[in-house]
Amino acid sequence: MNQAAATPAHAHRDDFGAKLGMWLFLITEMLLFSGLFLAYAYMRARYPAEFHHAGGEMNAVLGVTNTLVLLTSSLSMGLAILAIQRGERSRALLGLAVTILLGLVFLGNKAFEWTAEIHHGNYPGSKHLATLPPGEQVFFGLYYTMTGLHGLHVLVGITMLTVMAVLVARGRINQDRNVMLENGGLYWHLVDVVWIFLLPLFYLAA
Amino acid sequence: MTLTAREPLGPSGPSGSGPLGLSGPSYLDDIGPRHGLLAWITSTDHKRVGVLYLYSTLTFFAVGVLLGLLMRLVQLSPFHHLVTAQTYNALFTVHGVLMIFLFVIPGLPPVFGNFMLPLMIGARDVAFPRLNLASWYFFMGGALIVLVALFTGGGPPDTGWTFYVPFSLKTGTNVTLAVFGAFILGFSSMLTGINFITTIHRLRAPGMGWFRMPLFPWALYATSWIQVLATPILAITLVLVMLERLVGIGIFDPAKGGDPILYQHLFWTYSHPAVYIMILPAMGAITEILPTFARRTVFGYKAIAFSSIAIAGVGSLVWAHHMFTSGMSQFAIMLFSLLTMVVAVPSAIKVFNWTATLYKGSIDFQPPLLYALTFIFLFSIGGLTGVMQGALAVNVHVHDTYFIVGHFHYVMFGGTGFAFFSALLYWFPKMFGRMYSRRTAYVAWPFLFVGFNMLYFTMLVLGLQGMPRRYYNHLAVFNTGHVVATVGSWFLAVGLLIFFANLVRARFRGAPAPANPWGGVTLEWATSSPPITENFETIPLVTQGPYVFPEFPDSDEEGA
Repeated sequence: MNQAAATPAHAHRDDFGAKLGMWLFLITEMLLFSGLFLAYAYMRARYPAEFHHAGGEMNAVLGVTNTLVLLTSSLSMGLAILAIQRGERSRALLGLAVTILLGLVFLGNKAFEWTAEIHHGNYPGSKHLATLPPGEQVFFGLYYTMTGLHGLHVLVGITMLTVMAVLVARGRINQDRNVMLENGGLYWHLVDVVWIFLLPLFYLAA
Repeated sequence: MTLTAREPLGPSGPSGSGPLGLSGPSYLDDIGPRHGLLAWITSTDHKRVGVLYLYSTLTFFAVGVLLGLLMRLVQLSPFHHLVTAQTYNALFTVHGVLMIFLFVIPGLPPVFGNFMLPLMIGARDVAFPRLNLASWYFFMGGALIVLVALFTGGGPPDTGWTFYVPFSLKTGTNVTLAVFGAFILGFSSMLTGINFITTIHRLRAPGMGWFRMPLFPWALYATSWIQVLATPILAITLVLVMLERLVGIGIFDPAKGGDPILYQHLFWTYSHPAVYIMILPAMGAITEILPTFARRTVFGYKAIAFSSIAIAGVGSLVWAHHMFTSGMSQFAIMLFSLLTMVVAVPSAIKVFNWTATLYKGSIDFQPPLLYALTFIFLFSIGGLTGVMQGALAVNVHVHDTYFIVGHFHYVMFGGTGFAFFSALLYWFPKMFGRMYSRRTAYVAWPFLFVGFNMLYFTMLVLGLQGMPRRYYNHLAVFNTGHVVATVGSWFLAVGLLIFFANLVRARFRGAPAPANPWGGVTLEWATSSPPITENFETIPLVTQGPYVFPEFPDSDEEGA
């Protein structure tokens, strides 16, 4: 999305255009998840009792912890952008480092949680899951798909922010040219917002 | 802008330079350190990316045509055993996937949109040139994966291009990889949409307000919004099919509590709007061509502009008319039937405005106009048979018959295909700076027109008689129809051969084309043929609407 900073010399710089492009991209991301939210809404209306029961097997403490981790990372992301706009490069780098670290903590928690669920036999294709009522099987199918897709987005976000941290360190992203970092921040916040919806749908469903 | 005089047709002096693109190397010359193919596949010039798309989509089109011809041939009894029933399933699946995902969807927007949009709005390039090139790589990557899927794993998919569950979950053919290819192709389409919306918002020439913008960019704008809003739904649906096949998450699998109808809803939520991704830019191109050859401003500029937006909007709410027989609620069926009728209104607005544009025009009958008129005729048949299917009772009768096949070929091939041919004839001199033989373009037409109608009108009739689609065998009662259709496909193939041989010859040996062979007044005709790398020496200042012809200086509908 962040082409404006790197287009050939003849193209004029257009920060507004770059942000517009990013917002359009975010719309596509929201719609990507909305397909799954739609599937969730339909299935939950179809199997309310099963969703309630299966939601009880989720680890709500882990879910809420991860929510706090992601929300804090959005704060540090915002602070990093604020810092670069003020020309404070080292503070911006600190903000990015904290954001990346919290992203990794989130993924670590997620891995721990998935491992535990798989250990309990709650994974697609398992013998245990096949014995559960259909509604609960669908619940776990949606759980892995939605949190998995979200986790993939966190991973992409971490990679992207790492690249941007390098660009900040090299001065390619600076006080004057920082729309790329702003766009990166927008992406990170989107990932955050999606999680805020995932938390009640799965961890607080019981 | 105003061009003072219409230039004569045919070769005119040493170069085809226009008033705003007098000198400098054309985009066809390598100006960077790289040369040949490498210079092309690394160039972010929107014109080169457009030409890359042109060559790649036409290649896939050729393959799709060959598969289609083979399918028709198999319906003749002497050739019936050329392929097995399983191969026949693969044939119609691959024909559909190639034509839809690799030709019709990426046909007009990435080819003519890429090439013409910046020229028509007076810009030097699209908003994100590197992203634009990346879209082409996504396209080629997706195409490659689809092609690999045909020859690996369990062989080519046999599900039909719709990948309906539960069969697509059970079949042993290589559905997973093919679906992944389509997923990647979706990325390409989405990124092009994002690029065009930003371009139109940010890069219009000074003075070009929204209502001074030509109507092809308007159509591209509406199309791009559909690409941005609908494609992600297809992406997630295809991801779910892949996950279902790989790990069995159960969302579409009734045995695990899932619902196959949910797949159909999600699939058509994209794939019906996708029909408008295919047809809207085609309508936009026709809207450019008619005023040029009628020497008259377009009739109902704003109505055409807003009908594009209306089609994009209402067209997103009609998807379930593909599913009337799938067991939805009666209320849903009634609602979607109504909305389907409603979406015909903006399409009809366009058709009436086109014909009204010709009325009292000073018509200059040239090949692009002939093909544009053919588009209107064929698209009208396609559109009206579409309204027929929107009616519930008829729909149940013709569901899954050749009537459906005939209908969508009238819309997709007779509509988008002929608009593509028309646009190619219209803009070819601009794109390559060479003129094709107009006589040969006329010669190809009767073959195309007669062949097309023999093939697809016969399908409409066969469908009403009860011939089911996608069947390897047919009853003797349908014999005559199948023979007529197959012979029609041969005429069509001959027409295509003549049509493209003409253009290929012109690409290398055609006479130099003037900057403005047709007397067009939109901005792309103000630069040289082929355009200089920078498009315009100076960015033009726009002072009036897009279709003011010098012969009729007062014809600006806007009165600006």
